[in-house]
Amino acid sequence: MSRSLIYRFGSLISAFVVIAVVILTTGRSPFTVIGTMLNGAFGNGEQLARVLVTLIPLLLCTAGVIYTFNAGLYNIAVEGQIVVGAVFATWTLRLFEESVKSADLPSGLAIFVAILAGAVGGMLWGLLLGVINVYGRVNEIFAGVGLNFMATGLAIYLVFGPWKRPGVASMSGTQPFDESIWLSSLGNTELSPVGLLVALLGLIVTIILISRTHYGLRLRAVGNNLRAAFILGIPATRQLFSAFAICGILAGLAGALQVLAVFHRLIPSISSNLGFLSLLVAMLITYNPVFILPVAFFFAALNIGALRLPSELKLESALAGVIQGILVLFVLLGRGLSQRYAKKQG
Amino acid sequence: MRVELKHIHKRFGAVHANNDVSLVVEAGTIHGLLGENGAGKSTLVKMLTGFYSRDSGEILLDGKRVDVRTPIDGVRSGVGMLHQDPLDFSALTVLENFQARSRFTPSSGTSAQDLAKLAQQFNFKLDPNELVGNLTVGERQQLELLRLLSLGVRTLILDEPTTGISASQKTQLFNAMHTLASQGKSVIFVSHKLEDVEEVCNYATVMRRGQVMGSMPVKKGDPYLSGQLVDLMFGHELALPNKPVTARPEVGLHLKKVLFKSDNLSVTINDLQIQRGEVIGLAGLEGSGQRPFILACAGVEAPVAGQIYINNKDLTHQPYKQYLDNGVCYVPADRLREGLVAGLSIQDHMAIRNPAPGMFLDQNDMNAKAKAAIAHFNIRGTPNSKVERLSGGNQQRTQIALMPATLNLLLMEHPTRGLDIESVLWIWKQLIERCQQGTTILFASADLDEIMEYSDRVIVFSGGNASAPIPASHLSASKLGEMIGGKF
Repeated sequence: MSRSLIYRFGSLISAFVVIAVVILTTGRSPFTVIGTMLNGAFGNGEQLARVLVTLIPLLLCTAGVIYTFNAGLYNIAVEGQIVVGAVFATWTLRLFEESVKSADLPSGLAIFVAILAGAVGGMLWGLLLGVINVYGRVNEIFAGVGLNFMATGLAIYLVFGPWKRPGVASMSGTQPFDESIWLSSLGNTELSPVGLLVALLGLIVTIILISRTHYGLRLRAVGNNLRAAFILGIPATRQLFSAFAICGILAGLAGALQVLAVFHRLIPSISSNLGFLSLLVAMLITYNPVFILPVAFFFAALNIGALRLPSELKLESALAGVIQGILVLFVLLGRGLSQRYAKKQG
Repeated sequence: MRVELKHIHKRFGAVHANNDVSLVVEAGTIHGLLGENGAGKSTLVKMLTGFYSRDSGEILLDGKRVDVRTPIDGVRSGVGMLHQDPLDFSALTVLENFQARSRFTPSSGTSAQDLAKLAQQFNFKLDPNELVGNLTVGERQQLELLRLLSLGVRTLILDEPTTGISASQKTQLFNAMHTLASQGKSVIFVSHKLEDVEEVCNYATVMRRGQVMGSMPVKKGDPYLSGQLVDLMFGHELALPNKPVTARPEVGLHLKKVLFKSDNLSVTINDLQIQRGEVIGLAGLEGSGQRPFILACAGVEAPVAGQIYINNKDLTHQPYKQYLDNGVCYVPADRLREGLVAGLSIQDHMAIRNPAPGMFLDQNDMNAKAKAAIAHFNIRGTPNSKVERLSGGNQQRTQIALMPATLNLLLMEHPTRGLDIESVLWIWKQLIERCQQGTTILFASADLDEIMEYSDRVIVFSGGNASAPIPASHLSASKLGEMIGGKF
């Protein structure tokens, strides 16, 4: 077995060991905890549906950040792009709500336009980041942090200000929409077949664009070496902007779907940190979109499974985040070590 | 302080940067260290100041063996270096920079007095409260010089100090060097400018390819000195022009009143006409203005002023894309930083340069194109080889394979640097074939043999001055060497 493979597998095994140790410090057996989480994620159809509900925005956002990762950009702003997408979708629905209720406007059309508006909102927020990064020469991470604060601030302002609920404004969000403009879901779950379809479509398009087209190749060239790509004749600036825009579109779609299918209103924490989680997924799969689905599914299952921990084992559900974090850290560490080793050999 | 270096060796991998170098610098003298880029001057002085560690050899200061391992050791034993780009803190003031010299910072009052006293001694005018970021390179040198002296430096090394400073600052600097020498300190003046060395130094030592070629006293007005130094710097025999005539009557490249700038150089070219199919060698030490010239002609970085015509088409201020569409190709020296994308394979590069129609990658087409290029250009690799895994020669062959089929103007930096002789001959065969098809070639090279052998005409760059193109057959080694050293 090659040294590099040993590092990679070794890092995974170390991650599991550390995770087990963390669990042991809580006084529980790792196997009990894993059993509880598995049961929490896949115990019955409703649980599985909840995993898929989390999977939808996670897939869309991960697909989005894959573009920017391939272009060599750490697009932390994906979190804010979800929020802006949600804001745009809410705005559209507020405009249409009365007309739909009075049957002047078919609800399907209103929903379609709202989803589109979410995509546009995310795209604009992404392009704004692009302008700041490419022309303002501000590192995309710092600019992203700032834009995330602004996006959250915008949502809070709207929830407590212009769009506040009649009576008392609260963190629980705006007045829920009329059921006629909800995206329909399966049974009494929040799983929207349309949402799942959109997410899978986004994923498939991404896999094809990144690995099978000239566009994807040029994106990888720009990400690996902007200067050389430019000298070889690739319009590097345009390529960077396209990555920012597409990522924004996908994150905006995720935000719109959260409003339409899950929360049926705008809430300040509409992104539920799924944007950040998508960055972890993207790091874990080294920009290769083929692995998005299994890894995102695994992470979504961890999130949902961990919700069982407080009631059954009196453990914090934040354990899911700890597990995800340890996993990513160790895998990155293993990758770094094997690259260092490869460099020494070369 | 008397400095003596004995049998110094330093290797960087396969490169023997200093090969048995011995040198004596007497106290109270100014000693010039001359040589081309890569001759080993900087390596040598960096070992003396503790920036590099030597592989073997001895350093004696005032007759005492010392072991200089870090820059702090260097300063403690009295050796200080003024770097070409001074190592200072641009966000701090002059006084703060001056204070950043010892572990126990003296009070501002004392420091300010020290600074004023020292500055007066050399007639430097520095405002202690000015930010260093606002100073000129010359003023930063003055500050750094004072700082080093306040640390008790008795041997001062100056690395190419006359690049990018004004004439009056140069006079001030030279006066300061004389003052230091008269105080019994020794000064080592690292330079490739013959004139400066002749003007200010008492002795000169010439290095070439990691070895000392010779040392001699410098007497002002010695008519034979330049010639001797040039011979030592560049060697005697140069290759003879060895290129079929490929120039055509039409003009391929025409520059009118072009001005371009890089960090601290500004180069002006009044009127330059180059014929189609001609090969122009750009001689000169690295950083003398060839790179901004090439980047401007390639359309990568627009010149500040002037017009550029390629095959009689005005491409002034056109975007780089226009240059590409007009058959201009730039092949950079640093293959993995600018020329090729590490992480991508040979066939990926083929698909970037010469994509199949449609939006989808055509693996068969990519593979076929890469296979054809590998066979035709004799690249050792497979279509899926990542370019960073290829050897230098094969990377260069890949760059050449990526040149477009219609090529009007080709700009190359160091086309054969680091390559084996077989690859060199092969690459020039390809290039001359291109010229026969009407491509105009401009190439910069540090290898004077290459310049003489393959150029129709030569432009010499020195410190931002560009000569008129001179037919290679009219050039001799000493003429070329003098021009590179700044004597046009």
